[in-house]
Amino acid sequence: MTHTPPFRLSMQGRRIDRAYPQAFRFDGRHLRGVQGDSLASALLANGQMLMGRSFKYHRPRGPLASGAEEPNALFGLGQGGRFEPNQRATTTALVPGMILRSQNCWPSLDSDIGAINGALSPVLPAGFYYKTFIHPRPFWKHLFEPIIRRSAGLGAAPTDPDPDRYEQAYGFADTVVVGGGIAGLTAAREAAKAGGTVLVLEQDSHWGGRTPTDHAGGQAAIDALLADLRARDTVTLRRATMATGLYDHGYLIAREALADHDPNLGLPRQRLWRIRAGHVIAATGALERPLAFACNDVPGVMLASAVRDFIADYGVAPGRRIVVVTTNDDAYRTALAARAAGLDVPVIVDARPVADGALPQAARAAGITVLTGAGIAKVTGGKHVEAVILCDQSGEGRPLQTIACDVVAMSGGWSPVVHLYSHCGGKLLWDEAQSMFRPDPDRPPLGADGKGNVTATGAANGDLRCAGALERPEGATLPVWVMPARAPYKLRAKMWLDFQNDVKVTDVELAAREGYASVEHTKRYTTLGMATDQGKLSNINGLAVLSKALNQPIQATGTTTFRPPYTPLTLATIAAEAKGDAFQPLRKTPMHGWHQAQGASFEPVGLWRRPYAYPRGAEDRHAAVTREILAVRGGVGTLDASTLGKILVKGPDAGRFLDMLYTNMMSTLPVGKCRYGLMCSENGFLMDDGVVARLSDDSWLCHTTTGGADRIHGHMEDWLQCEWGDWKVWTANLTEQYAQIAVAGPKARAALERLPGTIDLSPGALPFMAWTGGEIAGIPARVFRISFSGELSFEVAVPASRGLELWDRLHATGQDLGITPYGTEAMHVMRAEKGFIMIGDETDGTVIPQDLGLDWAISKKKADYIGKRAQARSHMTDPERWKLVGLESLSGKVLPDGAYAVAPGHNPNGQRHTQGRVTSSYHSPVLDRPVAMGLVRRGPDRMGEVLDFPMPSGEVMQARIVDPVFYDSEGSRLNG
Amino acid sequence: MADTQDLTPLALITPVTGFGMITIRADLDRAGEALAEGAGLALPDRTGLTTDGSRMLAWMSPDELLLVLPLAERNEALHALTQALMGEHGLAVDVSDARAVFDVTGPRAADVIAKLAPVDAAMLPEGHLRRTRLAQTAAAIWRIPGGFRVTGFRSTADYLQLILTNAALPGSGLAPR
Repeated sequence: MTHTPPFRLSMQGRRIDRAYPQAFRFDGRHLRGVQGDSLASALLANGQMLMGRSFKYHRPRGPLASGAEEPNALFGLGQGGRFEPNQRATTTALVPGMILRSQNCWPSLDSDIGAINGALSPVLPAGFYYKTFIHPRPFWKHLFEPIIRRSAGLGAAPTDPDPDRYEQAYGFADTVVVGGGIAGLTAAREAAKAGGTVLVLEQDSHWGGRTPTDHAGGQAAIDALLADLRARDTVTLRRATMATGLYDHGYLIAREALADHDPNLGLPRQRLWRIRAGHVIAATGALERPLAFACNDVPGVMLASAVRDFIADYGVAPGRRIVVVTTNDDAYRTALAARAAGLDVPVIVDARPVADGALPQAARAAGITVLTGAGIAKVTGGKHVEAVILCDQSGEGRPLQTIACDVVAMSGGWSPVVHLYSHCGGKLLWDEAQSMFRPDPDRPPLGADGKGNVTATGAANGDLRCAGALERPEGATLPVWVMPARAPYKLRAKMWLDFQNDVKVTDVELAAREGYASVEHTKRYTTLGMATDQGKLSNINGLAVLSKALNQPIQATGTTTFRPPYTPLTLATIAAEAKGDAFQPLRKTPMHGWHQAQGASFEPVGLWRRPYAYPRGAEDRHAAVTREILAVRGGVGTLDASTLGKILVKGPDAGRFLDMLYTNMMSTLPVGKCRYGLMCSENGFLMDDGVVARLSDDSWLCHTTTGGADRIHGHMEDWLQCEWGDWKVWTANLTEQYAQIAVAGPKARAALERLPGTIDLSPGALPFMAWTGGEIAGIPARVFRISFSGELSFEVAVPASRGLELWDRLHATGQDLGITPYGTEAMHVMRAEKGFIMIGDETDGTVIPQDLGLDWAISKKKADYIGKRAQARSHMTDPERWKLVGLESLSGKVLPDGAYAVAPGHNPNGQRHTQGRVTSSYHSPVLDRPVAMGLVRRGPDRMGEVLDFPMPSGEVMQARIVDPVFYDSEGSRLNG
Repeated sequence: MADTQDLTPLALITPVTGFGMITIRADLDRAGEALAEGAGLALPDRTGLTTDGSRMLAWMSPDELLLVLPLAERNEALHALTQALMGEHGLAVDVSDARAVFDVTGPRAADVIAKLAPVDAAMLPEGHLRRTRLAQTAAAIWRIPGGFRVTGFRSTADYLQLILTNAALPGSGLAPR
C-alpha cells in the first residue's frame, strides 16, 4: 500500500517540542524536523523510510530499530573536517543545519546501480571471498577483487583534519551503574543506601530507558527515583555517556557527548572517561530480536519496540497501517500504542498457539484482530512494504491471506545486553525458558580480589519484567528462529539475519554444511555480526539457525565473543587532548627561545627539538651546515648540548657498579678526569655511550645520549633495585638541572677566556679529558675538556636557569672571534669526519662494540660487565661479522645513507647477496669530498677493496674501503 | 546549558618561580631522623608530605625525599642535609633548576587535574603528594590553599602550561550536565 503523509502525529512525542522546527539537509534536499528529534525520527517525519543500502547486495534499507543496535540507517554527517561516516540515525540527535549524506549507493540512494549485486546473489554465497581466494586464483586478483573493492566500504573516510577539540577525564567511584533505566536507577539507589560513591551512566540524553514509553506511570516512577538520587551527594548522574568497554581491574571506558555536531558551543566535542570502578552494575537492558521471515529486510519492516518508540517518543508514524508479528506479549504494546495514536492495526500475527495474557486481551478489547499460530510467509514490496502474506507458523508457508500494510512491527523476543558482563570474562548461560543468553551469576568477571566485580540487573540480567509494580503479567515467549517453521529453501534464502552485511538463513546453513561447526568460524566465514552494529540484532538468531543446522542445542553452539567497544569510538576521542600543539610534549632547552629567535631549523631528537642548523638570510640548510662547520674548524662555535643525559651515581659501591655497566673501567678514573664509556645490553649489543666524569671520591657523573637519558637511568635503577639490592649506590637524573654548552674550535679557549672567571683553562691546568669547577661570568660552572668534533673543545655545564645568560655572554664577547652557533648536523658531519660513531647510526641494536673497532674501550682485565658473556658467544666472535670501516666514494658523489654493498650471487628470493651497508654519509666541507662510514664483512681486513652499491636507478656507485678517520688522524687539533 | 555561557576558565593556571628543590636519597629508617632535623621538618609518611607553610618535605619513594623551600634557603639546606648524611650512605642534590612549577587554583581546579592525571583529584587529601603524570609527562601534585600545585620537568614547562590551560577551557567543567 502507499506510504502517505502526514507522518508527524499531532499528539504524543515525549522527547520532541513541535514549537521549535529545525531545518536540515539530506542528500541535497531541505527537510525539517523538530527539536528533540533523532535523525531517524526526523527523516521518518518527512516520509523518508529509505535510509541506506546494504553492504553486499545494496538492497534498500529502512530503519529497523530506534537505538544503538540500528544496522541500516547510517549516514555521512557533516562537511569538511567535521564529516563523519557511519553516523547512526537512531542515536544521533538532530541539530539545526545538519547535512546528511546517504552511503553505499551510486548514483543515488533511490536508484543504486550496485543493487545488481542482489540479482547476482546466487553466485555471491557465504564465504564467497574465501572461495575466490583459493580457486581460481587469477579470478580473485583480476576480476573479483577490483569489483568488490569498488562496491565495498561503508561510508567514506573524512579527508580533512578534524577541527574539534576533545578531552578525557579520570573518574572514580565505588559503584558504577551502567544504564539509567528503571533497573539501573533502582540499583543505584540501593548502592547509595549501602554506602560509598555511586556513578550512574546513561547512553541516552533522557533517563528512564524503556519504562516511560512502555508503562503507564513509567515517567513518574523514573522521576521519583531521579529525585531520590539527586538528593544524595554521593551519587553522580551522567547522561549522554556511553560505557563502551570494561577492562581488567574495573577499568571502565565511557564516552560523554558534550557538543556532538554542534561546534558553535565552543566545548570539547566528546570526553573520554577513564573510570576506576570498585564494582560495576550492568543495567544495560535488552535488545529486541528480529524475526526471520521472507523479505524481512524490506523498508518498513521494523522492530515492534522501535515502532512504538517513534510513535510515543517522537510523535512520528512510521506508517499508517501497521501489522504486528510477534512471539511474545510485549509486542502487543506496539499495537496498542499505534491504535492509541489513531493508526490502523489490521492484525496481530502471533506465532504462539495461544495468546491470552493481559496485553493480548487488551488488544482484543481494543478491537484488534489477533491471529494465533500464524506467521508471515512473505513481505511484498521493493523499496517499501506493500503487504504481508500470512501463513500457518507450523507449516511450509502456504499463503492464507494477504494484508495490505505499510509497516510490519516484528518481535522475536528480547536478548539481554550482556556486553559489559562479557568484556572481561563473565560467562553466560542459556535460559531455555526465556530463550535467551543471560549472565551466569556464578561465573562473573573477576576483580583483583578474585571476586566478581560486575553484577547484572534488570533486563540485562534476563529479568524482562523489572519495572516492578508497573508490570502486567505476560505469557511466555515462543522461540521462533524461522518463520514459518518448515519454510522451504526459497523462503529461507530471503530471510535476513544480518541486515547490514546481507547474511541470510541459507548462508548460515551453507556454512554449517561446509563444516563450520564453530560459531566464531561461521561468523567470519559468513560475515554474520561483523558489520558496524557488531551483530547486536543478528547474533542470537544466527547462532540459533546454526544450532538447528548442526542439530545441537543452542548452549552447545554458544555465542561469539563480546568485545569492546559496545558502540564505535572515534579515534579523535581516544586521542583526546593529544592533538595540535599538545600532540606530544615538546621538550625545550633553556636556550630554545634563542635558537628560535635566530631562525634555527629544528629537528626532533626524542621529544626534544634541537637546532639542526641556523640558516642565515637566503641560506638553505645545507649551506648553513657548511658555514657552521668551517666556522668551528677555523675559529669557534657553540653547540647547545643541554639535552645530553647527566646522571649522578654516588656511593661506596658506585665504582664497582659503573664497572659493571660500562665495558671499560670507571672505578680507576681519577677525580677530575673524564673517560669515554660504552654501555651494552645483557645480550652484548651496544646501547649507549658517553663521557663519564669522576666528581669526587664516591661520585661520578655519567653523560648519556640525548635519547638515552631516561632509558639509561631506568636501566641503572633496574639493576640496582632488581639485581644488586645490597650495593650501596644512589642515582639521580640531573639532565634538566644543567644547561650544557660545547665551545669548540681552535679559538675555543680564547672565547671562554674573554669571560671573567675563576677557572684556569690553560692546557696544563685543564688537559684533554679532564674537568674542573669554578665560576665563569659569575655563574657556577663545570668545564669538561672533551671533544666530539676533534677540535679543541670545552663543554660548560651551568645551572639551567643561567644557561641562556652564559650563551648570550659567549656570543657577545666572542663576536670578533667569529663565534658561531652550530647545530646537530654540523656536529654529525664533524664527528663522521673524525670516524666517531653515533648511537643509532653506527648501531641498530645488533651491533657490538667489537664491530665498531672499539676494542680499546673494552676492559680485558675486568671479571665481568653487562654484555661480556654474550660478546664471547661464537656468533659474536665470528670473523665474518660486518665491521666498521671508512668508505671513499669513487665518483665523488655522496653515498646514500643505508645503501647496501652487494656480494656475488643471489639468495633464494632472487635478491643480491649483500656484504655491507653505509651507516653515515656526508659531504665534508673541510675536505671538500664525501666521507662515509659503513659496516662491511671483514671490513678492516679488506682495506683498499672497492665495493659496489647498486642504486634504485640502476646506477652502481662504488666506494673504496678506507680508514674511518678522514680528518686529522693524528689528533693534533684537539689541542687547538 | 548555562554552563556553556561561562567564559571563566575552570581554574587559574599560574607559573610559579623561586622554589629551591633538593632530592634526597637515603635509607630513611637509618637516616630519617637526621634528615628531618637537617630539613627542619618532620619526616613524612608514605605518600605524605610535611610542611611549615614555607618549606615542604615530601615522600617520593621508600628511599627518596624531596625538599621544597624558598630558593634563598637552598644552599644552606643543601649543606645541612649533607651534614646530616655524614657517615651515612646518602645523596642530597640540588634539582631546583630541573623543575617547572604551576599553581592550579579556583573552585574547579580539581576538574583540570582530573582531565590530565589518573588521580582522584577531588579526593586528594591535604598533606599528600602524588607522583603521577599530566597527560604525557611526569608530574607531582599536591594541594595548596585554593587548589593544587604541580611540578614537572623544566623542559616541558610550555607543554604543561598548554595542557593545563586547555583543560581549563571555559564551560568544560566535569559537573554532570
